[in-house]
Amino acid sequence: MSVDKPTVAKIASLARIEMDDAALERMVPELNNILGWIEQLGEVDTSAVEPMTAVIPNTLRLREDEVNADPKTGGDRREDILANAPVAEHGFFGVPKVIE
Amino acid sequence: MMPKNADELTQLGVREIRDGVASGDFTAREIAEAFNAAVEQAASLNAFIVATPEKALEAADAVDDARASGKDLGPMAGVPIGMKDLFCTKGVQTTAASHILEGFVPQYESTVSQKLWDAGAGMLGKLNLDQFAMGSSNETSYFGNVTSPWRKTGSNADFVAGGSSGGSSASVAARICPAATGTDTGGSIRQPAAFTGIVGVKPTYGRCSRCGVVAFASSLDQAGPMARSVEDCAIMLRAMAGFDPKDSTSLDLPVPDWASALDADLRGKKVGIPREYRMDGTDPEILDSWERGKEWLRDAGAEIVDVSLPHTKYALPAYYIIAPAEASSNLARYDGVRYGLRDLPEGAGLQDMYAATRSEGFGDEVKRRILIGTYVLSAGFYDAYYNQAQKVRALVARDFEQVWNECDVILAPTTPTAAFSPGAQSDNPLAMYLNDVFAVPASLAGLPAMSVPAMLNGDGLPLGLQIVGKPFDEQGVMNAGLAIEQRAGFTAKPERWW
Repeated sequence: MSVDKPTVAKIASLARIEMDDAALERMVPELNNILGWIEQLGEVDTSAVEPMTAVIPNTLRLREDEVNADPKTGGDRREDILANAPVAEHGFFGVPKVIE
Repeated sequence: MMPKNADELTQLGVREIRDGVASGDFTAREIAEAFNAAVEQAASLNAFIVATPEKALEAADAVDDARASGKDLGPMAGVPIGMKDLFCTKGVQTTAASHILEGFVPQYESTVSQKLWDAGAGMLGKLNLDQFAMGSSNETSYFGNVTSPWRKTGSNADFVAGGSSGGSSASVAARICPAATGTDTGGSIRQPAAFTGIVGVKPTYGRCSRCGVVAFASSLDQAGPMARSVEDCAIMLRAMAGFDPKDSTSLDLPVPDWASALDADLRGKKVGIPREYRMDGTDPEILDSWERGKEWLRDAGAEIVDVSLPHTKYALPAYYIIAPAEASSNLARYDGVRYGLRDLPEGAGLQDMYAATRSEGFGDEVKRRILIGTYVLSAGFYDAYYNQAQKVRALVARDFEQVWNECDVILAPTTPTAAFSPGAQSDNPLAMYLNDVFAVPASLAGLPAMSVPAMLNGDGLPLGLQIVGKPFDEQGVMNAGLAIEQRAGFTAKPERWW
């Protein structure tokens, strides 16, 4: 399967990466080169195989339903969470106006 | 013999430093000062994004004080290390070598780095890497290429230090760090270790916590040690590993004392030689090192057996679906809202801000992988690409499960070639991906694997051998690594030019 420029533009838009025409032009052959190589996976008969879901068998754990059981992942960390925000106002992340 | 001057101190490894500090041959501060100076003098390698000499001194003083007051010293006490800049370090910029995280200062410490500090290690600085750990030559960093300390005999030309843990490999090989952390998603510890003549261990998936490690491909990412001896890696891995409730895939298993149990007597062990790893176009010197590896392991008492891993050929293309798919999801978090760069063009709305920020903040290779990942996960292609790749991954893992009926460990080359020149492969992403053709199968199967130095090639550049083991059997892997280390007698080091 190969991609053309409108397809790459669509993928870039889905991925929220702005790309101008020149960048799209450059990316088309690069992606096709990689996708062409990946095609060989189609040769493998996987009709009797389940897709892998966990590389090492493990069970998902539930933590105790307790507030602030672990201070690192618990609550009351607003200042820490906002410390790296490009814009933080009134204890919130600031974003440009959204009008839909 | 007691080393005295800084040049002698920086030749020491993890165990030698720890034991020397404990017995009073030198102080932790003397060690930290010697390595801080070595880091400062090695700026031309560009191995560090940020040096933190004050952190190294602070940790050293704490160790010296603890010793003076008769307290127990940790298993890494007095050892200053380099920290790959993928590990979040509280109060110290953490960038993943990207522009989008430039200036990001974590408010918490990654589990692995915290465990190392708790064991008495200190931090020399944050090491350069390929951007978001995507690359095999440390040429995708926003902060510039890392240069290997190694050069061809009689030449002044630069070589790459491998990647993604290129700052780690360069600094350990150059003796500006006795050891460093690495992370390995598809070879990023083993390949740079091989390129620079050092030891690198990727443990079983889940041994080391991923909490606080900037995510690339979560089902593959695994931290591990990089140092100049098998024993040093075994000591450091123990300090890094262990169950962490904050990582949902962390292994809830006891952490063995691998270093104390190291044993190069391989009598009764079988070493598998996978025939599919003998690929067309592999460098004859690489094949020669493989032959020597077999001899060394046979000499250590092991039986060498031919084995087959039939889906080897498909591991790399499967990896280049799975890893970008996971990366495109993981890197969705960089949106210019919560941390990192924000690019807000005049009059732009929220969606425009996302797209502008990500366009400005990500490098070309990162964008390429996000686009591939987005494509293979998109409606209509998910089954053909992503699902098929996960099925092939299951087959690759099954190959290994079956082979463990025939052998205890696998011996293979780490890389298809020695280190190459900067720029030699950066225009051709596919050629670059092929660097990890021997490393990726163990990553897909979550297995412990390591690279250990074997020899210098005809140009005077290091070649590494790879050992892959059963799940949780880091001991078996490192024992075989030790047997090679003892017989290879690899004492070469790069001649100082920096």
